[in-house]
Amino acid sequence: MTVSSHRGSSWHGASACRADRCTGLGLKPQHFEQILSQRPPLAFFEIHAENYMGAGGPFHHYLGRIREHYALSVHGVGLSIGGSDLDAVHLERLATVLARYQPEWFSEHLAWSRHGAVCLNDLLPVVYDAATLTRVCAHIDEVQERLGRRMLLENPATYLESRASTMSETDFLAEIIRRTGCGLLLDVNNLYVSCTNHHRDPLAELAALPLHAVGEIHLAGHAAAVDGAGDPLLIDNHGAPVATAVWNLYAHAIAQIGPMPTLIERDNDIPALEVLLAEARQAERILQGALRQMEAAEQ
Amino acid sequence: MIDQAVFARALLDPEQPPPADLAAWNGSDPTVRLAVYRNNVMASLLGVLADTFPVTRELVGAAFFHAMGQCFVRARPPQSPIMAEYGAGFADFIATFAPAQTLPYLPDVARLEWLRLVALHAADAEPLAAERIAALLAEQPDLGTWHLRLHPSFAVLRSNCAAVSIWAAHQGAGDLAAIDPDQGESAWIVRPDLEVMVIPIDTAGGAFAAALLEGLPLAAAIAAVHEAGLNLDLPATLATLIRARALIALEPPGEAAA
Repeated sequence: MTVSSHRGSSWHGASACRADRCTGLGLKPQHFEQILSQRPPLAFFEIHAENYMGAGGPFHHYLGRIREHYALSVHGVGLSIGGSDLDAVHLERLATVLARYQPEWFSEHLAWSRHGAVCLNDLLPVVYDAATLTRVCAHIDEVQERLGRRMLLENPATYLESRASTMSETDFLAEIIRRTGCGLLLDVNNLYVSCTNHHRDPLAELAALPLHAVGEIHLAGHAAAVDGAGDPLLIDNHGAPVATAVWNLYAHAIAQIGPMPTLIERDNDIPALEVLLAEARQAERILQGALRQMEAAEQ
Repeated sequence: MIDQAVFARALLDPEQPPPADLAAWNGSDPTVRLAVYRNNVMASLLGVLADTFPVTRELVGAAFFHAMGQCFVRARPPQSPIMAEYGAGFADFIATFAPAQTLPYLPDVARLEWLRLVALHAADAEPLAAERIAALLAEQPDLGTWHLRLHPSFAVLRSNCAAVSIWAAHQGAGDLAAIDPDQGESAWIVRPDLEVMVIPIDTAGGAFAAALLEGLPLAAAIAAVHEAGLNLDLPATLATLIRARALIALEPPGEAAA
């Protein structure tokens, strides 16, 4: 029984799920050799597109070999879809990476990271208003047109809101997805971080998202700080294990939308592969539990 | 909309005020929250520099490197979303950074580290087999007008200081205390397979490779080295090039397109 048979109408990443494995890890150079020698039981690996835009060298060598054994997700971190204009040169670079590796799916962020010629190397918040909505949708149309595929858009982790916003984040995302036909990369940690930082109810926000369009899930760790009033401020640092509250929210999401390719994201303080594989197994147990419940309900 | 120009300026320059429309649910000071973004930008870029320039960082210590890196990030923020391309101007910046003037070798150590990163991501190419080179030499006793094509990853560092020995000592090779820092050194950087090699070479060998990279045919490259008043040991230098697997083609003059 494959996952996609439960969700026959989905176009997105479920095709990367097998009956016994539906989770993936972010691919890190320090794990290249071990992955090839041990072939851990994962459904996919995810790369940051920008790390594979060089002409040659060991990154391409190892990715090419790992690609022979796993599905692949390409995750862009530098396209600045929420910026004032789309970088056509960078879009061409993305097209090159996608043409070379033929990933199962491609995702980017609802954020901006470039202003003029300056790249800020961070995912910065957009205003949720009509003008931004039009601009973001135009950029996503351009991306999907050039890449010849649907993309997934990731919900952001933010630390500030704008008084100029006229829509909720969930309405904004739903409208983008309705207008462009793109999918949603549901980052459960981002959802939890943003809800904490903006005093929103995570379950209500989850329910308000266009969950029918989810094509992949991200799980990551965060760090805890406080804001100027002493209220909690969570930092999406990808440098810690997935928090218990995020696991709980994930289980809730999976119960609603069914099994979905799930990535353990770790970009800082990267531990031994075994540590990340243990987190992937934890996600796998939740996914397989949801699968069994769905099968039981169908009988 | 958030004025992204104001936001971008406020991220790189802590003296700049935050954009006027920023808000927090509890009415708290938005600059505290903005500091998360400011820190993300600076810390991530300093992390990129620390990854690319580990020996430079060791030579000056983490605190000095952090302060110097902050000045660089503010003066020359990235212009590409590919972070492997960030740091191209760092060595030149260090050369003009007044507090680093007491370490005259520092810019060239940084230059060597940069060339290693460039070599890592350069295009791949199959090195010319030693047997093929020997056969060509036997068939063509006069290769003077031929071009020696070097691997796409190949680069030369020519330093007035002992930048190569200082860098090597930080890889566990050689004794740092025995190095005369004012002794000029050269090195070839090449990645024939997966690993970047740093090959110490004499001044004439550095000049010779630089002449080849400029596109000069063999005899002209040799002449350029001699005109610079350097004594080139051609057989030894060619042997090192072949051992380094740095040659990818020997081209007769008619085929020399580039």
